[in-house]
This record gives sequence, C-alpha cells and structure tokens, in this order.
Amino acid sequence: MRSPALCRALAALLVAAPLAAQDTTSRGVRIGLTYDPGSKPGVVVLPVSGARGDSVRAIIQRDFDYGDRVNPIVLDGSVALEAARSAGPNWPLLARLGAAAAVQVTPTPTGFHLAVYNVATRQTALVRDYASTGAADSRAWRATLHRIADELEESFTGVRGIAGTRVLFERGRRIWVVDSDGEGATPVSDAGTPVSPAWHPNGRMITYATYRPAGISVLDLASGRARTLVSGQGVYISPIFTPDGSSVIYAHGVENGVDLYTASLSGGGGRRLSVGRGSDNVSPSFSPDGRRIAFMSGRAGHPEIYTMDADGTNVDLLTPLAFGENAYRASPDWSPDGRLVAFQSMIAGNFQVLTINLRDRSLKQLTSDGRNEDPSWAPDGRHITFVSNRTGTRQLWVLDIESGRTRQLTRGAAVRLPAWSPRLRAE
Amino acid sequence: MIRRTAVLSLALLSMTGLGACRRRVVPAAAPAASGADAQRQADSLAALRAQQRADSIAAAEAAARAAAASDQRSAGELASVLTQRVYFDYDRDDLRDDARAVLDAKVPILLANPGVTVEITGHTDERGTAEYNLALGQRRAAQVKRYLTAKGVPDSRLSAQSLGDSQPAAEGTDESAYQQNRRAEFQPSGGGALVRPRS
Repeated sequence: MRSPALCRALAALLVAAPLAAQDTTSRGVRIGLTYDPGSKPGVVVLPVSGARGDSVRAIIQRDFDYGDRVNPIVLDGSVALEAARSAGPNWPLLARLGAAAAVQVTPTPTGFHLAVYNVATRQTALVRDYASTGAADSRAWRATLHRIADELEESFTGVRGIAGTRVLFERGRRIWVVDSDGEGATPVSDAGTPVSPAWHPNGRMITYATYRPAGISVLDLASGRARTLVSGQGVYISPIFTPDGSSVIYAHGVENGVDLYTASLSGGGGRRLSVGRGSDNVSPSFSPDGRRIAFMSGRAGHPEIYTMDADGTNVDLLTPLAFGENAYRASPDWSPDGRLVAFQSMIAGNFQVLTINLRDRSLKQLTSDGRNEDPSWAPDGRHITFVSNRTGTRQLWVLDIESGRTRQLTRGAAVRLPAWSPRLRAE
Repeated sequence: MIRRTAVLSLALLSMTGLGACRRRVVPAAAPAASGADAQRQADSLAALRAQQRADSIAAAEAAARAAAASDQRSAGELASVLTQRVYFDYDRDDLRDDARAVLDAKVPILLANPGVTVEITGHTDERGTAEYNLALGQRRAAQVKRYLTAKGVPDSRLSAQSLGDSQPAAEGTDESAYQQNRRAEFQPSGGGALVRPRS
C-alpha cells in the first residue's frame, strides 16, 4: 500500500492537462495500448460524479477484474479524490501507476458518456455515449455498464468481455438466472420440476426438461411464457438448441435405455439420433461449428464421453476408458473455440472438472477442492462456471482456466446445472 | 369381495334359521287360550318376535362389522405388499434376488385385482450427475415394469417414470442412505378395495 505521504505527493502532481476531446474513434476501433506482452494492460477507472458514481466505478472495475484480461488499477481514497477534482487526466500520475489507459464514465440524463485516455500518447482515444433508460441500480442500468466494460475490454485486448453475459441454473425446483458478476439472481421459470436449462443462440429463449410431467419446454425470457415442445411417457433430459437455433436436441427414453433425439421448434420432431441399444445417452453439447456433438453414454458399461456427427453417425469414444471406481465421466461442454471439451470425472471418490484437448486428447484437471461438476463455458472460451460443494452447499463458481483464479458466483440455497449464456445483445 | 359375500350369506342364513324357530314356537302356545289370555300371549309373542328380530339384526350387523374390519386389515396388508420398494446396486438396473422376491409377492395381488394400475417410479442416489441419474432411474423403473409384465401383469396397467435423484428417501452421504435411495417405488390406484388372491 502507498503511504499517506506518497499519496499526498501523488495528488500534488495532479495537474490539469489540457484536453482536446475528439470524436476520432468509431465503434470497433482498436485503441492499441502499449503494454508488456504477456501482462494485462493496467486501466484506471477515474472517479465518477453523481449519487451513484461510486457504484458505476465499482461495477466497471469489478467487470475488468472478473474478466481477467485487464488489470483495474484501484486508487485509494485521497488519490481518487484529487483525480476527481482535476479537470483532466494527470498523465504523470497515471504513468507512474502503470496505467496504459484511464477511463472516465459520466452519467448523463440519457445514460452514460464514456471517454478513454491513452496514457502513452496522452490523447483521448475514444469518446462514446450510451443510452440507458433504466433507473439507477436496475438491471438495465447495470447491463449498460457491463456493456461499456465489455466494449472497453474489446478495445484494449481485442477480445470482448463477458460482463454482460448471464448464467442459468436450477435452484429449488425452478430455473434461475444470474448476471455474470453474481448480481440480480432471479427465477425465470414457474415452480415445477425443471432441470438442465440451456440458452438459445439468440440469448432470448431458453429450453429445459421437466420430469413430472415429463417433457421438454421452451421459454421466452422477455415474456416469461413457456410452451411444451415435446412430452409423453418416460423421461426427457438435457435439451440444447442446435447452433442455428431451429431445433432442440434432447435425451429421451421409455423402456429401452435413453437416446438422443431432435425436434424442430416449428413442430416436426422426435427423430432419434443416437443408437444406444438400451444404454443411456444424455448431456449433448455441440461443437462450435455445429458439425459434431459431444455426449455422455453408458454404452461401455459405465459413463464416458463420446462424440458423434450431428446426424448421429461416426461415434467416437473421446475420453480414455477408465476402470474401477474412477469410471464415471459425464457432463461434456464443448469450448467456444472448439479446442477443448470440459467434463466431470470421478477422481478418488469425488467429481472433478477436467478438460480434454480434441487434438492430442491430453487431460487437464481444473479442480480438486470438494465435489465439482456440471462445467459450462463462458463465450470467451477462457472462463468456466461449475457447481462446487467446497463451502458446504452446492454453489456456482467461476474459474479462469488461464490464471486458475476462482470466484463464487451464487450464494444461498443449493444450485446445480449451470448454463452460461452466449454474448447478449443490448436489451 | 368374496369374503364380504360369504359374510352376508352367513347373516342371511342365521336370520332364516330364526324365522324357522319362530314358526315352530307360535302354534304350540296357541291352543286353549281365553280372549284376554290370547291377547296377552299375542302381545308377548309380538314382543318376543320384535326382540328376536332386533337381536338378529344386531348380530348380523356385528358380524358384518367384524368382517369389514378384517377385510380392511387384509386390504391394508395387500396394499403394503403392493407398495413395498425394491432396491438396486450402485449404477445398476438389474434386479437383485431380494427385489425379485418383493416383485413376485406383488404379482398375484395385481392379477387378482384387475382394476388396479401402478405407477412405478425409479430413483437414484445422489452420486451420479443429475442428468445421468434421470436416465438411470428410468432404466430401473422400466426393468421393474418389464419383470411384472413378464409375469403376466398387463402392460397397460403399469407406468414407469424416473424421478432421478430428486426425491431421496434418506438424507445423508453414506452407503446406508445411498442404498435406501437406489430404489423403485410403487403407487397403486383404482380398482376399489383390494381382494386377496385365490390360493
């Protein structure tokens, strides 16, 4: 920590630099900050004026932190205060703090005004206005700030952030959704027996299975209206949308094992894809190109992960056959970049989350603390959410597979079966 | 049903028997009676008859009550046989010997009560994944249904549904809890009071 004396000294350096704000950048332009290769660019989020200013700043800083691609340089109180009083960025101070950029978000009557300063060039790199109709602290209001953070991350690193994404999960006989920063957890389905929620590629619809009555439902998030896509005798499990969003692939069985089927949203349906010959075949996950499906099958006598073509042909065993008490692999989720499949495997009496590389089939164990299961990839291909009982109850956690950082996403009553959303368009 | 019919006929028989006695008694008391005597005799006879009739009705009712209670008890026993659970090994759906014995006891009752339908639900312990457990529970329920239909219970009277690991019979994370949770349950409905199979 910096000493108060140093803080005062730093504050004294805050000299208002003349600013010529220019509307020189347009959407999608890379700012091209200079920073050490392999390290994260440091970004100072300048103090925000207004009643909810501290919240605005905290949300954007936290989004950068949770995104793991940008290093938010958090100033302590006195430096922040001086920075807020100054009429513009204090370039020497920002450079000393190791910042590649400074971000200034200003609430306006219609939303937010954003300015980004490039510390190396001492220039305004980006100016943009964001409309937000939501009241302060509403979901729409927070969603706008997440969008600002995600677009900033994209301009700093080339990869759009995931702050504006959401995660579905099951809790207490309902499907819930929570923002990627853990805020705003709320039920979206009626009470019943819903399991295994999954997102439509457009982020506006979800599908889930119910076991009593047994069927597959599709729910429109905006209206909250659900309809039954297929139902009947037996069991319906683990639906997912096809990448083109036109159909649902799900597991279904009555008396002769459980197989994967496909049903069209427009009505046609019930075509069988897998040939399990009495075994259980559940938990499908599409490759990003939509050509292959990873799924769990008990056809070898115990659960393992397999892949097949989208039409059900060319089945391959993906995970190396395990034996004995560790012979239980399940819940595959194909990474958005197509390189890895995350899954859960029994290891020494507990489930752990692993990835398998599609190219060389190398395995990497990602968890070891408690029981960890149901992995689901974030759209950035770098973060995974999963269920862990490491603190006693089953909660969702988020892991950055590059740095190994984990954080707890949900709190409260036990949850399971998370599904991370695709990137969501502004509402 | 059979038992109840038997009880009713017993009650009827005893009433006819009493009627026969009455016919024998009345002519013996009738001769050489004066008008007043005859009237008294007739009154007491009427009272006697009324008493006898009331007694016989009470006796028949008591017998019917006893029979009904016994029916109820036996119907309860039959229902408990029908709802007795069967248990499975970890990640298995094949029927163990103890499960077959439990199912074998259900078969004659189901055959003797053709109006009864049974919902079979398959359950698992919590160790697998939620999705695989729903599939495993379905396999268990289907295996039980297959066994019962093979023994002659019509397919149309049995349904098989999985509830996966959603409704544990026992809380806990040890093998004894897990064993109680790896099960099939039976919910009979319809068909009125259960009757005992003819032995």
